[in-house]
Formats: sequence, structure tokens, C-alpha cells
Amino acid sequence: MTEAGYNFAYLDEATKRMIRRAILKAVAIPGHQIPFGAREMPLPYGWGTGGIQVTASILGPTDVLKVIDQGADDTTNAVSIRRFFTRVAGIATTEVTGEASIIQTRHRIPEKPLTEDQILVYQVPQPEPLFRLEPHRAETRRLHALADYGLMHVRLYEDIARLGHIAKAYDYPVMVNERYLMSPSPIPAFDNPKMHQMAALQLFGAGREKRIYAVPPYTPVRSLDFEDHPFRPIRAPHACAICGSTASYLDELVTDDAGGRAFICSDTDYCQERQQAPKAAAE
Amino acid sequence: MTHLSPGFADPVLDAQASFRAILEAMSRPGRIQRIEARITPPAPLCTAAAAALLSLADADTPLWLDAGEAVAEWLRFHCGAPITPEISAARFALACGTAPSLEALDVGTDEDPQLGATLILQVAGLVAGDGWRLTGPGIQHEHRLRVLGAPAEFTAAWARNHTLFPRGVDVLLCAGDSIAALPRSVTIAEG
Repeated sequence: MTEAGYNFAYLDEATKRMIRRAILKAVAIPGHQIPFGAREMPLPYGWGTGGIQVTASILGPTDVLKVIDQGADDTTNAVSIRRFFTRVAGIATTEVTGEASIIQTRHRIPEKPLTEDQILVYQVPQPEPLFRLEPHRAETRRLHALADYGLMHVRLYEDIARLGHIAKAYDYPVMVNERYLMSPSPIPAFDNPKMHQMAALQLFGAGREKRIYAVPPYTPVRSLDFEDHPFRPIRAPHACAICGSTASYLDELVTDDAGGRAFICSDTDYCQERQQAPKAAAE
Repeated sequence: MTHLSPGFADPVLDAQASFRAILEAMSRPGRIQRIEARITPPAPLCTAAAAALLSLADADTPLWLDAGEAVAEWLRFHCGAPITPEISAARFALACGTAPSLEALDVGTDEDPQLGATLILQVAGLVAGDGWRLTGPGIQHEHRLRVLGAPAEFTAAWARNHTLFPRGVDVLLCAGDSIAALPRSVTIAEG
């Protein structure tokens, strides 16, 4: 049963129409940030208000929703967003990647490849990839219009000149369909290759910054790099302490006050699935 | 106003289901989607075009149309969209008869390409797996789409529209309860 007194999925219909129009234009212009009138949501900025508004606008009663926060289904943010949509839309939720039709994510892409029947919704804190390089929005809009991304190349080059490598482990800038420079949201650079030619539709919502953008299915997404310094996804050189995976993205845990460390999968559903199928995990 | 047929039976869930069909069509250009909502719009408006406007158009979106007074009345009542005689001022353009030239529509600006209009084009029929060859974002290899009753010289006009990218016009092709989309990013080759 849904909470009485609310429209289905919380937002009013006029707001949903406005967001839906923005989403359609975002899909038609891959990687371009569309301004939209973000509403005040019953949780603070920074907790996924953009992602929630996108999810609320696409969600239907037959959808199955999964929400992850840094790969985990059981963190406060993920649990409260799932509960929010259970209450205001009465929809089913899941923690299993393969069972979800909509996956809202904060800062990770699931390890299991997504299918054509799924939509991935990202929570985005800062949609403008040139934000730290050019503070004026009027100017970044012009740079996007001209596809002038020299600033970002210089920034990456300066890393190489100073440190010998590109020192960006997350929110690593990408070119979408070879036209727009896009922030992939603060996902680890490890996840960037999963965006390339993904079968699922990817939608991005930034609530405080009031921007929506999208990557349609099967669209080229290239991490910026140089011929002599090719892009390399970074992963801790360990196996998961629980499931033993050597392919997944790992979180580092401090286990005691004597310098003890453990590495475990960031994607809790992936890790669980491997624990339940130890035979398949053996090799 | 003598007689006005109803809009969506369930304004919330029918709009949601129609939007998801349109989103799927826009995400996978050339793939034909079905509109499930049962509506009886006044002729010559078809179910798919009516559902698209009911779920997307409102007071914020000036609408141009060539479908006659009955349809204008119906859309004015159910969507609240201001009807404009200036096609270049329209966010949505509904073409049931001879299609307007794509050049006549607003294509947005380089800084705000999202202001480009959406043309809802009613055609005689949509057939998958044959006809035009579509490539671009949303398409893994190639999608085929045959559009029955497509406007004359449409593919040439589309090629000009595509070269404006990121500016441009997006098209929703509607026939009965079928809908397919041509976002400005897609390339069409004659089959």
C-alpha cells in the first residue's frame, strides 16, 4: 500500500512532465547537461535528490527498484531511498542486480553486466566536468557549445608532468559519442569502461545543480587519455577477503588498530552471489 | 464545445506507461513501441500521437498543429498547451497532414540545443526489420525501419538536420498505437 496523501512516486504530474521532457532531450543529445527545475525533496541535497527525481519520473507500478550506495545495498542512503519509493509508489524492491528494472546508484556501476531491460540512474553531485577548471557557468556552457575541452587535456597533462601519471581515481572525465565531455559522477575510474556501449540506458540527475543528462544504450564512452599515457582503470591488487574475486572493485577495510587491512568487494550483491555459488567462484 | 472524448483513464499511470514507451523508443531509435493506454482522440489524431502529447505537453510547451479545430480543442482542454500559429515558436509540432519542413522548426542554439522542438509526425504505418537503415547512439549495429507514408525527401531533410548536431529537431513517428523515434543523433540511410 502506498502512503495516503501523496501522488504516485511523490512528485506532482506537472513536475514529472517537465523532468520527462528533459530526459527525452538528454537522450537525444548524449552527454549534454539539460537544466531542469529541481524540486525540494524530503531529504537534503547531497543524498541523491537528483537521482530520486529522475527515478520518480520514470518509475511505474511494475518496476523493481534496486538502490546502491558505493556498491552496497545495505547502507543508510540506499535503504532509506528504497523505503521512500516503497512508501510513495508501492513498488517492489530488490538487492539482486539481475532482478531490478531500475537501479539507482551512488558512485558505483554494478559488476554484473546490465541488460537492455534495465535503466541505471546515477546520483550526481557535480555535473560539470570543467567545474574546477572554469568557475563560470556561462563560460563552461560556451566551451561545451564549441566542444573546446583543451582545459581538461591540460589538467590531465599537468598530472603527468608533475606525477608521471594521471592522478584521478574517481570522477574521471569521459567523452560521450565523441562530442560532449561528461562527468561520469564520482564512480571509480575502474567503472568507466562499463559505460562504453552499455546495453542499458544511463540517466544522470543532479538535484542541487539542477541538471539532467544521459547516455543512451550502445553509445561510445571514452575516458580521456593520451597516446603515450593510455587510460588505465585502477584496482587494488588484492583478492576479495570474502569471495576471493580478483576482478571486482575492492573496498579497503581497517580491521584493527595495529595496521590490519582487508579488501572486500564494494558490490555487495556480486560478492553474495559468488559466496552462494562457491563452485563457480573456484575459477 | 459540443462533445469532448476523455483523455487518459488514469492520468498518472497511463502517462507514466506512455512516457516509458516513448523513452524506450527514443533510447533505441527505430525500434517500434506500443502505447497501451486506451484513448479515443478525435480524428485525425492517432492513439500514439495523442498519448505522447497527453504525457508530455502542458502550459509550458507551445504547440503547433495542422490537425483541425476538434483536435486543437481536445488538446487545449486535456493538456492545457497554448496553441501557436507560429511553427518556429512551438516546442511540440503535431503534423497529421503534409509534414512541415524540419527547417521551419526551432533547432535550439549551440549552448542550449535542448530547446530544439519535437515533431510528432503521424504516418500511415511503421514496419520493423525493413526499409531505412538507422545507426547512431542507442543502436548496437543497425536498426531497420520502414515508414509508410513518410514525407517526400525526408531522408535528405533529415541528413541536413543531423549535420546541425547538437542542434536539431527530434521526431516521434506515430501510426495507430505504434511509436518510433528519430532523435537528432541518428543517421538514416535509404534501405
